[in-house]
Amino acid sequence: MSDQLLKVTIDNITVEVPAGTTILQAARQIGGDVTPPAMCFYTPLKGSGGKCRTCLVEVSKGSEKDPRPMPKLVASCRTTVMDGMEVKSVTSQRVLDARAGVVELLLINHPLDCPVCDQAGECHLQDLSYEHGKAGTRYEFQRRTFKKHDLGEYIQLHMTRCILCYRCVFTADQVSGKRVHGVLDRGDHAEIATYIEKNLNNEFIGNVIDVCPVGALTDKTFRFKNRVWFTKPLYAHRDCSKCCGEVTLWMRGDEVFRVTARKDEWGEIKTSAKTGDTGWICNDCRFHNKNASDWQIEGLADISRHSVIGQGKYKGLKKPAETIEKVLDGRQPRLLMDIHSVSEVNKPEIELSTIQGPATSAVFKKKP
Amino acid sequence: MGRKLLLEKAHVEGIRYYDVYRREGGYRSVEKALKSMTPDEVTEEVKKSGLRGRGGAGFPTGMKWSFLAKPEGVPRYLVVNADESEPGTFKDRYLMEFIPHLLIEGIIVSSYALGANTSYIYIRGEYAWIPDILEQAIAEARNNGWLGKNIMGTGYSLEIYVQRGAGAYICGEETALLESLEGKRGNPRIKPPFPAVKGLYDCPTVVNNVETIAAVVPIVNDGGEEYAKIGVGRSTGTKLMSACGNIRKPGVYEIDMTISVEEFIFSDEYCGGIANGKRLKACIPGGSSVPILPANLLLKTAKGETRYMHYESLSDGGFATGSMMGSGGFIVLDEDQCIVKHTYTLARFYRHESCGQCSPCREGTGWMEKILWNIDNGKGKMSDIDLLWDIQGKIEGNTICPLGDAAAWPVAAAIRHFRDEFEWHVKNPAECMQRNYGLAHYADPIHVPVTA
Repeated sequence: MSDQLLKVTIDNITVEVPAGTTILQAARQIGGDVTPPAMCFYTPLKGSGGKCRTCLVEVSKGSEKDPRPMPKLVASCRTTVMDGMEVKSVTSQRVLDARAGVVELLLINHPLDCPVCDQAGECHLQDLSYEHGKAGTRYEFQRRTFKKHDLGEYIQLHMTRCILCYRCVFTADQVSGKRVHGVLDRGDHAEIATYIEKNLNNEFIGNVIDVCPVGALTDKTFRFKNRVWFTKPLYAHRDCSKCCGEVTLWMRGDEVFRVTARKDEWGEIKTSAKTGDTGWICNDCRFHNKNASDWQIEGLADISRHSVIGQGKYKGLKKPAETIEKVLDGRQPRLLMDIHSVSEVNKPEIELSTIQGPATSAVFKKKP
Repeated sequence: MGRKLLLEKAHVEGIRYYDVYRREGGYRSVEKALKSMTPDEVTEEVKKSGLRGRGGAGFPTGMKWSFLAKPEGVPRYLVVNADESEPGTFKDRYLMEFIPHLLIEGIIVSSYALGANTSYIYIRGEYAWIPDILEQAIAEARNNGWLGKNIMGTGYSLEIYVQRGAGAYICGEETALLESLEGKRGNPRIKPPFPAVKGLYDCPTVVNNVETIAAVVPIVNDGGEEYAKIGVGRSTGTKLMSACGNIRKPGVYEIDMTISVEEFIFSDEYCGGIANGKRLKACIPGGSSVPILPANLLLKTAKGETRYMHYESLSDGGFATGSMMGSGGFIVLDEDQCIVKHTYTLARFYRHESCGQCSPCREGTGWMEKILWNIDNGKGKMSDIDLLWDIQGKIEGNTICPLGDAAAWPVAAAIRHFRDEFEWHVKNPAECMQRNYGLAHYADPIHVPVTA
């Protein structure tokens, strides 16, 4: 029974999955638009999911045995498939409406401070709102704010950005082994915090940064250092006694700006090839080895194109070929006129990076 | 005079204490069940009785019990939900305060039927004085051999523990209650698995309301069929109603679900009519979460039939023109009450009590509260009413637990039936701060189209 494959049809695409697979996992096998977004579900974390409600789908046929449709939309991340189940994701208007509603609700109290947020570019909430949200908001009230909490030397908490996915709580419970933070209070004033300030220093606590889908928990050692899309993700490894030591280095030039675990196309930490377990990395690897010489670099990270971080850094990226020669039948283009010979607006001999202060017209003014 | 089963002896002097309770025929059902019936026979009687959960959802109790998984070697639990926090509902409080032994007796019989050797009463934190009453009753029951090991030599053992909540409405939701009982944060669990399979400490668990458990006592005493004779159709037995609001005689009443809503409100036996000679404007028949109804739809259904006080009749017409029996928190509003303010108050309650686990409820309740505050204070816009309607639609059905629905329904019903009043608030921002909209047309007879 257990090794028998179950048939499930999602948006008219049928896949066969083993028993115990959730609808979301089955949809991920299909991939593409069919896959519901998931903000709180995280495969390596037991008990996660069901909270954000972005992955809601309609079950139009329960199973072969019991073909009744489920009356409510269900959270696909926590609903296991039955044989003959039929699911509607993007083919159901109800699902699209509910999803847009959830996105709007997630954003009403979000500060939308992406321009100054370190997560921007690899933020799942950004992706979610681009893909499933509307351009405007109908919310006209003050966004909620929180008293600031200091979580110690490694992790920066921005509670206003948090969507309360509980991933970091599960991570601290299941990975770091010692949880000192949690969700305090309830409802729309619930917050992630510790009772004791500056206390998140457990050996594996840095992983909460990787699991955070938004910019609520970010790397203090990377804070305001660079935009993620300017850095180049490279796979690297080192011998580490505490963890698998398999990481992604985020480099610019020779400088290592940031170290994270390796993530798959769903933003989840990959299984380590070395240990066969989830590739959580320790604080040592993450925060204390920021020289390229500490690492054996394997090559470019394979990052799926779901956000701007990978721009120009994809494996097998095809650059458009220069076509001018082809158009001109092999002749080289000829310079017709140097604009500087007739215009005095700009001066090529002035190096903009060497002038003091901002460039104004005074810089280019002809000296009498 | 309707038949009383639960509150029949409530006014006997000293019924709170064991001696009087026993003298008045208490613990007969325990003797009967443990000595002459098998657990399955007790469950069968409850099934026959047609008893429906009194906590709000109205799910048949016998069926719920029969769903309980019974794997070998795994303990089962009965948890009594005494976290009565629904605004307008205070029937369980009355039961536990005045006849605690009825609850204890019900627990013993129910636990026997379910095969549970441990039972918990999870009581609302604000009922600070009641745990003492219950503890005393439990101690008395134990001293007289109704609890503990090998009860009456039948080989059946049972312990009852009282656990106080910490003041959260959400812990009245059964899975949040179990989380809280386990000592965790009171967040509802994602179902399935249902508590009947994996409940308290991952063991099969039945969670029942106080009144439901108490109703098991007369069912076992008189037999399920006898109990089913009371009431109408699928609404069997008696129901405790906690009536409050602008009525002359607020209080807890036991009804046998055959009387009309009109009789319940206006007869001297029950609510005694509207206080201070005012007129009836609206009513929430089953606790704050169920849809509010204007006077005309409350007394008569949309088909022009008289509305009765039972599950089917109160929900006649669905949510378009009906409401729900809910938990029996009967809140009556007279013509001086402002529906907008009232809706705002409820929205504020749900905003405060949302656990914050899933996003539609966490964010939506706060948004609705803010918009309603604006409308109530003469700062609303016409578009706000449609926005409210849209938000409640985004919450309803999309949350983990029913609190999202409970927060959405009152707002939806208020707009559905009292849209004029909301619009009046928007159009007359200054006037709405001075006076209320009044009764308007909300008590006018409804035109029932005649079909050939």
